[in-house]
Amino acid sequence: MIVQTLRHTGWMIVRQARNLMREPIWIAMMVIQPLIWLLLYGQLFSRVPQLRGSASTYIEFLTPGIVCMNAFFGGMWSGMAMISDLDRHVIDRFLASPASRVAIVLSQVVRAGITAVLQALLLLAIGYALGVRVHGGAAGWLLVVAASALLAMVFAGFSHGIALLMRREASMIATANFVGLPLMFLSTILLTQERMPGWIRSVSRFNPVNWGVEAARNAVVVGGEWWTSGQFLLFLLAAAAVTTGFATWSFRAYQRSI
Amino acid sequence: MDAIVSEELRKRYRTVQALDGVSFAVRDGEVFGLLGPNGAGKSTTVRVLTTLTRADSGRAFVAGQDVAAHPARVRRAIGYVAQDSGVDWEATGRENLLLQGRIHGMSGASLRARVEELLDLVGLKEAADRVARGYSGGMKRRLDIAIGLVHKPKVLFLDEPTTGLDPEARAAMWVEVERLARAESLTILLTTHYLEEADRLAERVAIVSKGKVVVEGTPEQLKRDLRGESVSVELAEQNGRAADAERIVASIGSEVKVDGQLLRARVPNGAQAIPVILGALDDAGIAVASVTTARPSLDDVYLHYTGRDFASEDEAGR
Repeated sequence: MIVQTLRHTGWMIVRQARNLMREPIWIAMMVIQPLIWLLLYGQLFSRVPQLRGSASTYIEFLTPGIVCMNAFFGGMWSGMAMISDLDRHVIDRFLASPASRVAIVLSQVVRAGITAVLQALLLLAIGYALGVRVHGGAAGWLLVVAASALLAMVFAGFSHGIALLMRREASMIATANFVGLPLMFLSTILLTQERMPGWIRSVSRFNPVNWGVEAARNAVVVGGEWWTSGQFLLFLLAAAAVTTGFATWSFRAYQRSI
Repeated sequence: MDAIVSEELRKRYRTVQALDGVSFAVRDGEVFGLLGPNGAGKSTTVRVLTTLTRADSGRAFVAGQDVAAHPARVRRAIGYVAQDSGVDWEATGRENLLLQGRIHGMSGASLRARVEELLDLVGLKEAADRVARGYSGGMKRRLDIAIGLVHKPKVLFLDEPTTGLDPEARAAMWVEVERLARAESLTILLTTHYLEEADRLAERVAIVSKGKVVVEGTPEQLKRDLRGESVSVELAEQNGRAADAERIVASIGSEVKVDGQLLRARVPNGAQAIPVILGALDDAGIAVASVTTARPSLDDVYLHYTGRDFASEDEAGR
């Protein structure tokens, strides 16, 4: 049973990845967008030394933030793929076959995580070229990658839950914007906690985006605080389990509605 | 044994009673047509039988398995070609087929061989490695059917296989389905709202109206049950023998009408009645110019059993 679920998940991931690879624009956006964020924000705030906390340059402060921002936006929008599969009746086709129900949802969530890992590696490499050194070394790289994968999966679970409940592109776009931007600004992606108003600082503690950003920043800027970072990763793992559970529940609701 | 048994299926969607006691049986190896206008409950019936949705009450068995108790077993035994194409547009025809085969537990050389065989069978060999987005409607439909057949199912569900196709593609699809039924020795449940499609493809049909099966039988039976066919006999000469002819024809058929040299009568079976009529007229020395039979269509059958005109109800159901 578990073996079959994993096998089906694997094939579904291959299908999604292959389909995405056939969209040249998607690949271009996947590479160019995080790059633009990194360079644009890096320039915009580079003259404001208070923002970056203990980091030696703003770009060093920003790089782990952009990695996480990218992962969480990627996850947030990943439900669009589910809506397209629903519209094309691919999901119904799978449902009338022995395809693992869990795999249909899980594959989308894992695919979002894999995409985030690739983008994280790309951003770290670009950061390296711009002089950003990961002070945590190899373990630091691993931690950044893990944080971005988990963050993408947290929001992919949420996104697919919404997609399966609403089943309409317009509703999906509205939700992603409505939830996405506030979460970004209620986090330390762009500036350090000390520079935030008190209430935002309090709220940000409960923001999963912030858990990822803090963990990744510890790995890049501090090169330590492993215990704290590990805790954040555990929170993210728990959150990913919850949102994936939500997506699975939505999928059952969809099945009942057919 | 019956490949599909549906007993008193009922299903309600909010305010709509989609199924109101659907019962019918499909024999092993036959092509069975569920015929009815849009909104009659055909697709809902298919969704229950393919385990996509659960009936509120009633029972159904597909390939010997209870759809509610053992949906996983049913899914392994069936192929489902939905009303709306389930083709993955960004994948090639071959990739679509390979994935479906893997889902059904196939792999390796046997899967590849089966995929080749099917691509050949539905005429998509040339297009096999092109992304399905660029396929025509007819090609997507043929790929849908191939997807439904990958694992050599016992029972194939074809939900409105030709809806949305132009007349040429529809005729081609009919030939295709006839060929598949023979080549793959399948039981096929076909739903359609085209009377001529059911007439052409199905060995037996059930007419569905407002969530119920109103009548079930071979198209021939159903038409014959409408008290047969009409025979028209045109006499060769106008020599006052029409009255004799009328008497002779009346002894064989019923409801005889005379209109000059033309006689019309209803007979149970035109093919059997014509030689008898011609023989009797010949014995009496009455020359005949032509004989034609007009058979009641499924249109007439539909009207007879539902009291409604098929075309107008189909419009209303949209």
